[in-house]
Amino acid sequence: MRLLAAALLVLGTALAAAPAPVPVNDAVVTGGGYPQTLGELGFFTDPGARQPAAGVVPYRLQTPLWTDGAEKDRFVYVPAGQQARAQGDGLIDLPVGSALIKHFAFGGKLIETRVLLHRKDGWLALPYVWNAAQNEARLALAGKRIDLVTPTGQAISYGVPNKNQCKDCHSLDNVTMPIGPKAYNLSAAWLTAFAKSGKLDRVPVVDRRIPLWEQRAKVPVADAARGYLDANCAHCHNPKGAASNSGLYLGWQVTDRIALGVMKRPVAAGRGAGPHEFDVVPGQPDHSILLYRFASTEGGVAMPELGRETRDPAGEAVVRAWIAGMR
Amino acid sequence: MRMSATLIAAASALALAAPLHAKTIEVAAGDGAQGRLQEALILAEPGDTVQLGAGRFVLTDGLSLDVNGVTVRGAGMDASVLDFTGQKGAGEGLLVTSDDVTLRDFAVENTKGDGIKSKGADNVVYYRIRVTWTGGPKETNGAYGIYPVSSTGVLVDGCKVSGASDAGIYVGQSKAITVRYNYVEQSVAGIEIENSRDALVTGNLVTRNTGGILVFDLPNLPVMGGGNTRISGNLVVGNDTPNFAPKGNIVAGVPRGTGIMVMANDGVWIRANHLANNPTGHVLVVSYPKPFTDKTYNPLPRNIVVEENAYVGGGDEPQLPGAAPLLAALGGRLPPVVWDGIGPQMPFVTNGKAFLSLGIPGPDVGMAEAKPGLVKDDKARTLPTPTAPFGAPAALDSRARP
Repeated sequence: MRLLAAALLVLGTALAAAPAPVPVNDAVVTGGGYPQTLGELGFFTDPGARQPAAGVVPYRLQTPLWTDGAEKDRFVYVPAGQQARAQGDGLIDLPVGSALIKHFAFGGKLIETRVLLHRKDGWLALPYVWNAAQNEARLALAGKRIDLVTPTGQAISYGVPNKNQCKDCHSLDNVTMPIGPKAYNLSAAWLTAFAKSGKLDRVPVVDRRIPLWEQRAKVPVADAARGYLDANCAHCHNPKGAASNSGLYLGWQVTDRIALGVMKRPVAAGRGAGPHEFDVVPGQPDHSILLYRFASTEGGVAMPELGRETRDPAGEAVVRAWIAGMR
Repeated sequence: MRMSATLIAAASALALAAPLHAKTIEVAAGDGAQGRLQEALILAEPGDTVQLGAGRFVLTDGLSLDVNGVTVRGAGMDASVLDFTGQKGAGEGLLVTSDDVTLRDFAVENTKGDGIKSKGADNVVYYRIRVTWTGGPKETNGAYGIYPVSSTGVLVDGCKVSGASDAGIYVGQSKAITVRYNYVEQSVAGIEIENSRDALVTGNLVTRNTGGILVFDLPNLPVMGGGNTRISGNLVVGNDTPNFAPKGNIVAGVPRGTGIMVMANDGVWIRANHLANNPTGHVLVVSYPKPFTDKTYNPLPRNIVVEENAYVGGGDEPQLPGAAPLLAALGGRLPPVVWDGIGPQMPFVTNGKAFLSLGIPGPDVGMAEAKPGLVKDDKARTLPTPTAPFGAPAALDSRARP
């Protein structure tokens, strides 16, 4: 008895010294219903969700979506023993049981965390809002308005999207889908490491990659602008997206000039068109509806429709320079 | 074969019937309406009814519904009001993205963008819905009041829209459409059917808009080739509001005082309408006037039939290029039907009276080269006939008028 007790004690000490990796709660990820707290999913080992659990891998996009200047941390989770599949330079195909997790913070303080869970019946998008103590994020199915101050000092009513609004952007042919992890918007180094870790079947070949946003002054302005438009607009503005009926398609690989808005008249823009007649007038950013809507914060005019209460001067500058230099 | 068809029919009937567990989720007006109502719209299951209480729902953000087969029902278009006056975000008041949805007996006021939009939402019913911008016609009002788009099976019935800075009721890139018994006023366009087919627009009252009823087909869109549309038995009266659409808008080109306007399209029957005191003209038939490069697009109106309409007054203050000398030559009033003169095929106008051709030789040609003149369609031509079926599927009726 004493020996056994001693053995147990030793074992317990060993476990405490080198804890086994805490696994993600796969049953909750793939189960039914809506987990009420982020913690239930087990993507992080600490209540503040700063330490990713085993298999939860951080990543970044070359050029990200801008959301009122929020600081974002992104993670991808692929369950043990499974593998994502590369699909050319497009969206990585993540198997059932996978998840994408995205923190939104201002001044280092977490505001919300959005998750995409790949269940048997498809992807599910859910928003979680952080408490003041930063130790619990609760489901906000119906969204929420939160007063905060942006990095540029603007006091705003920040909009946490509701579950349906998540899908507004995350939908292709009305099916919920991830947006971000397309190979052409991920670095070669990250893709290589992800494949090497066994979580991706191969390193996808990418002919043209969206440039790093921080490098925008050093790359051709068209590349920087088109990368920005892809990340900020193309999830709706594509032939299968929420804005399919507009005929304005802003994806990275679109080559048709009319589809990109060049001398294209608006269809259902309503007063979003302002005094302008065309989406993009080459050489004339101030006569282009695209920039007009970017530079507005007014409901019914502002684009993107969701997730932006303030202007994005850096994004505007790149789009402006692109249109100004266009012939 | 017969057997399997019956089986399929039975299975379809079962699928369409409301599930046994269908429930009613009641949502009252008052504090926290945004969260409570949006949560109800998310948690509803197929067959459920989200029942809005009487009163004012003060909302700060757009609402959305993405569950098939849900009914959202209020206590009446003047009793249950979704008030978006303080709206901060989203492109519309209510967005529907699921099929077989019924919206009825409530109002939407002062949305920043569109009133209610349903996209890719087949077999949608709007019944006794009111969408109002309460400040009257203003450029800062939202664009569309009732806005079904990219859908098959659309019924808009008994609704009332006022103040849209584009179209009060706009159906775009859709087919199998009925728009009936609605009252649309003080909007730039009353009712607009755009890039759509198999539409029936009947029994509506459209008044005090810039233009009453528009049937347009535009280039560079995923769905083109509009037509096979019937506009009949409507009251199109006194549409005289100055155009207040933003300049970039296609309807910004609609002349003040237009009754019914057809742009491009193949097969439109304008029949047995009562048109009175529309100062530019009662019926305008025109081609798409702007340059375009889309090779799959036909800018000309084809097979347009204008017959047995009643015309009273109108045409006395036309906002058309070169109208002044025409007005003088014609004794102060243009004929009820005006065609731009572009294209090989003139409209079929069967009242035995002359209509006005503006005699524009072709697109991109200014009025300077136009040779306007009266045309009498006395040729014995075979009238084109519409292809059945028109309008929304009959099954939608039971959801509108139980």
